[in-house]
Amino acid sequence: MFVHFFHELKKANVPVSLREYLMLMEAMDSGIIENKVEDFYFLSRASLVKDERNLDKFDRVFSHVFKGLDMVSDDQTAEIPEEWLRSLTEKFLTEEEKAQIEALGGWEKIMETLKKRLEEQKERHEGGNKWIGTGGTSPFGADGYNPEGVRIGQKEGRHGKAVKVWDKREYKNLDDSLELGTRNIKVALRRLRKFAREGQPTELDLDETIRSTAHQGYLDIKMIAERKNKINVLIFFDVGGSMDSHIKLCEELFSAARSEFKNMEYFYFHNCLYEGVWKDNRRRHNEKMSTWDVLHKYPSDYKVIFVGDATMSNYEITYAGGSVEHWNEEPGAIWLDRVIQIYENVVWLNPIAERHWQHTPSAQMIAQIFGDRMYPLTLEGLDKAMRELSR
Amino acid sequence: MTKFEGTENYIATDDLRVAVNAAITLQRPLLIKGEPGTGKTVLAEEVAKAVNAELITWHIKSTTKAHQGLYEYDAVSRLRDSQLGDERVHDIRNYITKGKLWEAFTRTERPILLIDEIDKADIEFPNDLLQELDRMEFYVYETNETIKADVRPIVIITSNNEKELPDAFLRRCFFHYIKFPDEEVMRSIIDVHFPGLKSKLVGEALKIFYEIRDVPGLKKKPSTSELLDWLKLLLSEDISPETLREKDPTKLIPPLHGALLKNEQDVHLFERLAFLARRERN
Repeated sequence: MFVHFFHELKKANVPVSLREYLMLMEAMDSGIIENKVEDFYFLSRASLVKDERNLDKFDRVFSHVFKGLDMVSDDQTAEIPEEWLRSLTEKFLTEEEKAQIEALGGWEKIMETLKKRLEEQKERHEGGNKWIGTGGTSPFGADGYNPEGVRIGQKEGRHGKAVKVWDKREYKNLDDSLELGTRNIKVALRRLRKFAREGQPTELDLDETIRSTAHQGYLDIKMIAERKNKINVLIFFDVGGSMDSHIKLCEELFSAARSEFKNMEYFYFHNCLYEGVWKDNRRRHNEKMSTWDVLHKYPSDYKVIFVGDATMSNYEITYAGGSVEHWNEEPGAIWLDRVIQIYENVVWLNPIAERHWQHTPSAQMIAQIFGDRMYPLTLEGLDKAMRELSR
Repeated sequence: MTKFEGTENYIATDDLRVAVNAAITLQRPLLIKGEPGTGKTVLAEEVAKAVNAELITWHIKSTTKAHQGLYEYDAVSRLRDSQLGDERVHDIRNYITKGKLWEAFTRTERPILLIDEIDKADIEFPNDLLQELDRMEFYVYETNETIKADVRPIVIITSNNEKELPDAFLRRCFFHYIKFPDEEVMRSIIDVHFPGLKSKLVGEALKIFYEIRDVPGLKKKPSTSELLDWLKLLLSEDISPETLREKDPTKLIPPLHGALLKNEQDVHLFERLAFLARRERN
């Protein structure tokens, strides 16, 4: 009966699985809740949503699937299944509308058309804004796409009743659609581990103790140093300009890397590596470090990761003085080459999807300089990059 | 079947009530998240009281390993005992220390197992407990026996969101996010803790409290437990609602702010705001 609801949740990118659906069914059967829509909302939320970021999405889907469902007041007992059946017949979209949306060709196309239509409306007359949103015949209004964002929240119940719990959308600011998520990044970064025992022996080496005790004939305790991740990482982040749109992703990567690697050093650069890098973006012009100093300071067993979109003018890579920010004596390509000469394990992570690289000559050039060790900043790309680094 | 309806010390909202009851009935773990100080840990204690069950708490630290919840085999003391010719050495059972899960599984009455702050542990920790929590059984290699729960304990897990939990783990749980209580719920919470408190004082205190929470740039927002501490202080210092209401801009920092602001940067922020307010007046 709730399969429709389940599919809508899936469509809205709420990560629900069959297991959760069955759990909800089981819970319904066990009679935990009374015949109240509100309780059903709470129960389905507790069993289907597992992350507060998805609560808002869930509320939106719930409100749209069970639209027209009124709260059952306490004194009035109603058979819930009937209610749901009724709500299911009150289809959110008519068949024609569905067809119309399909004919328009899915989400991206719709957004495009929506933009166009908005422009058209402005040209025609001012009051035209109403056209989208309330009419119900327009696919946009009916499907709930909102010009200022994504979707129109249902403002009040269809029958003019008070705002329902799920329509309050209290979890709005917790919602964020992350492509990667810190956890996934961390798991990927784990590939880059090299354990070594170093320092003070603080742990009991059981095997060695037993062996030695048997050998000596008396209890001979052997200690061993703790196992630690010995990996050293040097990260260069591209900041500013075209990187601004990827800042969220980079922040995630940064925080994950920071907690994963004990010995991690990071520096910022802009577009391409030149003779200076910096550690604090607010004081980038005053506190630049010489790149030579950085390259001399960190030994060649450091794993080097560049994070940048590699989108710039070709001159910024190949010509002296090509930088957009300052006069560079030597072209960026020479600096990148120096890094590659010094460090054995170098990769470039690119937040832009791989399929777009071929349209950006500078990305191709950098990939070439890096010997094709450029990877997209996706889970798969990160995984490959870490394999490359741990070779 | 006892249902959880909140207790006299704990206000449970409807959604929380449904989530707890679902977890109890279906015998699945209940994962609780929420801002610090919204009463995640207290919830387990109160559920234990409400359904009249024993509470077994397993506090998780960054060094906690999953097997520590099951059992630990103390090889070193056995080794030592063998040197000293102790009789105990012949039975390996003497050197197995039971963990919290083992404890919970062997109770005859259904206990409540609280796994507190699961996000503190290593990122793989929840995955290591999947089978054990799902089937409520585990295998002890040293003695070749399987420990199986006769009565499945009610498992409550809290998380502060420091790490994300694996999907496979989440799929097995009911989830509840305790959102910060609004003024109405807060009033009833205060009422439970300080019955008969003058509503005028509560009103003024709450106003200040929510104003402080709304100040942008605060490092740590005061939470419910801090509000309750503050109220206790206000009562013991006998501060009147009038003093609280005094809208003198020079006194922007509320009295006894130490209970609400736990961070010196936050106190500085407030002092700066007070300074600005004073300057505007002159």
